[in-house]
Amino acid sequence: MTTDVAATPGTGGPGTGMLADQIRVAVPDRGIRHDLRAVSIVWRRELIRFRTDRLRAITALIQPILFLFVLGTGLSSLAGAGMPPGVSFKTFIYPGVLAMSVLFTAIFSAASIVWDREFGFLREILVAPVSRASIVIGKCLGGATIATFQGIVFLILAGFADVPYNPVLILTLIGELLLLSFTLTAFGVMMAARIKQFQAFMALTQMLVMPLFFLSGALYPLSGLPAWLSVLTRIDPLTYIVGPMRHAVFSHLSISPLFRQHLAPGITWGGWLVPLWLSVGIVAIMGLAMMAVAIAEFRKTE
Amino acid sequence: MASRTGTGPGPLASMAGGEPGGRPAVISVAGLTKRYGEIEAVRGIDFEVARGETFGFLGPNGAGKTTTIKILCTLANATSGTAIVAGHDAASERDAVRRDIGLVFQDTTLDTYLTAEQNLRFHAELYGVPKAAVAPRMRQVLDMVDLWDRKDSLVSTFSGGMRRRLEIARGLLHAPRVLFLDEPTVGLDPQTRSSIWRYINELKGREDITIFLTTHYMDEAENCDRIAIIDHGQIVAIDTPEALKAGIGEDRVQIQTADDAAAIAALAETFGIEAALRDGAVTFSVAAGEQFVPRLFAGFPVPIKSVSVSRPSLDDVFMSYTGTTIRDAEASGSDAMRQMAARFRGGR
Repeated sequence: MTTDVAATPGTGGPGTGMLADQIRVAVPDRGIRHDLRAVSIVWRRELIRFRTDRLRAITALIQPILFLFVLGTGLSSLAGAGMPPGVSFKTFIYPGVLAMSVLFTAIFSAASIVWDREFGFLREILVAPVSRASIVIGKCLGGATIATFQGIVFLILAGFADVPYNPVLILTLIGELLLLSFTLTAFGVMMAARIKQFQAFMALTQMLVMPLFFLSGALYPLSGLPAWLSVLTRIDPLTYIVGPMRHAVFSHLSISPLFRQHLAPGITWGGWLVPLWLSVGIVAIMGLAMMAVAIAEFRKTE
Repeated sequence: MASRTGTGPGPLASMAGGEPGGRPAVISVAGLTKRYGEIEAVRGIDFEVARGETFGFLGPNGAGKTTTIKILCTLANATSGTAIVAGHDAASERDAVRRDIGLVFQDTTLDTYLTAEQNLRFHAELYGVPKAAVAPRMRQVLDMVDLWDRKDSLVSTFSGGMRRRLEIARGLLHAPRVLFLDEPTVGLDPQTRSSIWRYINELKGREDITIFLTTHYMDEAENCDRIAIIDHGQIVAIDTPEALKAGIGEDRVQIQTADDAAAIAALAETFGIEAALRDGAVTFSVAAGEQFVPRLFAGFPVPIKSVSVSRPSLDDVFMSYTGTTIRDAEASGSDAMRQMAARFRGGR
């Protein structure tokens, strides 16, 4: 072994001539372009991994399909009585279940951070000369993209719930799904910055996801609820996106304004009707705030 | 090899401005300490690494090697002291340091769901390697570790040795000035270990690079131009492997006897030599071992079955500075605890 080293050209030795072959790579100072490249590659990695993991995409659709077709059909004889002609209970719960279709995918896309930490890849990312912000932003956008993708697949099933394939409606719903997915991923990333064990992360998200879904008014109208439930639904951030999504669907159905008012009453704060822009804005601001917390968490060093 | 430490300013040295010693320091560390709560993982170390050098940190697990490397790589903040890497302060100019260093960690940090090429591309984008240079440089580093023909394979199909080679290639992709290798061969079989070393040694001929590595394998430390022996968070010796071994001055003699206990007693009585049982043989150190053996045979009361004399190895160096073998040091409970604590806190 010693001879190996002795034969190796050292400083100023014959090796210097060979160095000419080395391709010169001058890594530039950090700038906005560099950060954008980092955002883009972190985002692309999410897409590559999603594409190679078809099983995940399929399993994530099972739960919303069960809710829409099994629960929706099963309960329609009970709940169908209150529906106007041409509208089924499935139509009513469709926006909420659509939101659900991105719920797991978005939060679990953040779980890969915990996974990456356990398997070391996070270190490769965190030691790179890029801002933590660009990594977190790339991650949030990546999760938002794949979850929205998942939602779009579910959107294809809209016809089975008597939701019309209206281009404006579809685009509105995709926009809302994107926002929702972004906020949920940001929430997941924020938690993943703190939680170091994969099992703990999964357990915690499982624990949070179901209450979020059930309190969002995905399965029932938000009016005429008992006070305690009314308060809880207004605390649930998911409510503020399910509301606008249902509003979008119902404004494209040909039903009387009375039914529309009954089934999609909008979100009220003590009698005051929260406008759609505010409702959507709340979700956006929450997403940005959680992303900011995540960035701050990842900036900390030992 | 020993002469390398003594050479005057070479062409590279003069190019880079030079230092009083004639060799510019790429890494210089002064008074570095790191504390994790009650545990002092690094207790005031100083050293310099010259440009183009292969510098090794040798010590048992838990001695502070990984903690030091983490500080140099900007992954941890020192409690006190300074570390200058590639001309930048590791604490205050993180990004500048990060651009100029390549890292190969003890545990693999590849994304096994991506192909080899995708892993490298991810790295190139993250490090902002100029777009035109990405493809040729990728080819170059993959060729260097003989993985070009496997570039489209998923990393999950790679063996441990291939993964390590890919990590070395990735660490070099952005042409760093310093390559850090934390236990580069840990967990690999002996054959793969020596092939990794062949790649590392070849690399020195191709790239203008300084290598800083940690190891707890004595034989691997021999590959270094200079080594620092670190124990309990302190550097106990620092020099070329030859100089360290020469500094011991004594040879190691091992004898197989019919009655080891009697032999140890007889050695103490007749020659005043302190011997101990190691690896199943009575072992002791003595100056000029070859000349000692005839004297030993002349009047030894215990029958001797075999005898072997060996020049001092780095094992002996380690033992003479720390009073223990590296294996014994690793087995001791306090070190294991310390290592666990360090790993626990170092989870981020």
